[in-house]
Amino acid sequence: MARVWLFGEDVDTDQIVPGRYAPYMTSEAELPKHAFIEARPEFAREVRPGDIIVAGANFGCGSSREYAPKALKLCGIGAIIAPSFARIFFRNALNLGIPLFEADLTSVLRDGQEVTLDMSRYVVVTEAGQEYLLKPPPAFVREIWEAGGTTAYFRRYGRLPGQSAG
Amino acid sequence: MGLTLSEQIISHAAGRKVRAGDLVVVPVDCAMGVDSITPSIIDVMRDELGVERVFDPDRIAIIIDHVAPAVNIATANAQAKVRRFAMEQGIRHFYDVGRGVCHQVMIEEGLAGPGQIVIGSDSHSTSYGAVGAFGCGMGATDIALAWATGHTWLRVPETICIRARGNFQAGVTAKDLTLWVEQTLGADGATYRAVEYHGVDMLSLASRQTLACMTTELGAKAGIIPPSGEVAERFPVPEWLRVDPDARYERVVEVDLGSLVPLVAVSPRVDDVRPAAELGHIRVDQVFIGTCTNGRLEDLQMAARILRGRRLAPGVRMLVVPASSRVLMDAMADGTLAVLLEAGATIGTPGCGPCIGRHMGVLGDGEVAFSTANRNFRGRMGSPHAEIYLGSPATAAASAVTGRITDPREFL
Repeated sequence: MARVWLFGEDVDTDQIVPGRYAPYMTSEAELPKHAFIEARPEFAREVRPGDIIVAGANFGCGSSREYAPKALKLCGIGAIIAPSFARIFFRNALNLGIPLFEADLTSVLRDGQEVTLDMSRYVVVTEAGQEYLLKPPPAFVREIWEAGGTTAYFRRYGRLPGQSAG
Repeated sequence: MGLTLSEQIISHAAGRKVRAGDLVVVPVDCAMGVDSITPSIIDVMRDELGVERVFDPDRIAIIIDHVAPAVNIATANAQAKVRRFAMEQGIRHFYDVGRGVCHQVMIEEGLAGPGQIVIGSDSHSTSYGAVGAFGCGMGATDIALAWATGHTWLRVPETICIRARGNFQAGVTAKDLTLWVEQTLGADGATYRAVEYHGVDMLSLASRQTLACMTTELGAKAGIIPPSGEVAERFPVPEWLRVDPDARYERVVEVDLGSLVPLVAVSPRVDDVRPAAELGHIRVDQVFIGTCTNGRLEDLQMAARILRGRRLAPGVRMLVVPASSRVLMDAMADGTLAVLLEAGATIGTPGCGPCIGRHMGVLGDGEVAFSTANRNFRGRMGSPHAEIYLGSPATAAASAVTGRITDPREFL
């Protein structure tokens, strides 16, 4: 089971990891401890691998800092579900291999609720058996997820995703 | 059917005609890294991609601006690593502490030009649209891939066209136009899209940089102003780059510049925008003039016009951080700096300054800043219990004089 962490709209990268807690300012090893350090101080303590973030529109807006999604990845976040994502956050998360789904589940799931994310069917299942279908990712995205991120993709295929071979 | 500027630029780079929605891999003309992200770019390139040498050292720029000079041992060590890397790789376009904010330096050094694709590890890389480039911000992995391969992947964006007519009244600037657009489109109003500004041919390069920079705060992938005026005189414009009258825009927003008034983005949302004249009850502790958005000579000159012969209100401090060493020298040469200093301002090292809350002007609990920067997120400039209001250099200077948010037209 995965715990739902519910957030509102326009969660910006300064909420995910404030600039003052950048690995550049502190150290890489500290990064997962700084996820939502001011916006949601219990998050880093209580999050478990596989938990999912369910948020409102424009998740990840603001800075290009890849350490924001990286902090969430190091915390073990299994997926983020929001009606829309800021574009640099979307690229960064995709590159790191964190599954993102565009859907609005903020009004149907509660903070702290236990659910299962079935990645074989792209569906969220609640304990009561209620199912919420997610949009299956396009092939381009699936290939990156399957490789484990863009750098792993590059190592495996020797080219960028979307670039014709040879 | 014609092409938008983004479609033209990406088509040219891809070597085939592409349209909004297409996914392409294209060569980049330049890929820029800043001090805060470059240590990660280096690690991703070497340790994760297994690539030792950059694809072309002349098409890479590295600029130390985010925490310049270093504020602690961690940043000093990180900057030393970046310097070593630039030296080992033979990167000529390496600009150390004090040269200025990356986006200003890139344009001053001619590293972004009309029709080019320029990507940067800073979100405000949309700034290169000021010279008619497709400028796009990305994270460490994307920049590392570009440094390794010379390429990046792009989804060709749809375009929202802002069509302006008329001209600004005195005391109203390009920054006020960007805030009006924020209010109109919202902070995610252009997510995944490009923005084009038409009808702004009379604007200086500096003002165009303000427009292009702020499209990032709409969520935009690029913000492009067709090269004309000062830009067409200073940069070579390729023949194929021009506004197609029958280009397809997702949305066209009309604006009469003469109807705009000085505007302010209210803490903590960049799209919560109100007239400065309605915010006179907000007192300010720290006024900051600078950044990639508004730290150029015309910005400092505008502030000096208001501050000449006046003093900062008691209890107000004012930090002025020129966007580059060239801006600093020009402002020194024409007397602008002297006016600001006589009024009680202090001058910081050219770079990002206090915009990101890491050094040089961090806010304490309950403090209120008026800033010419681009973001007012909670905690951005320091304490999460501080407030940040955003506006033009004119509004910033007027507010510094009265100690509360003030419409600059009272002083012009």
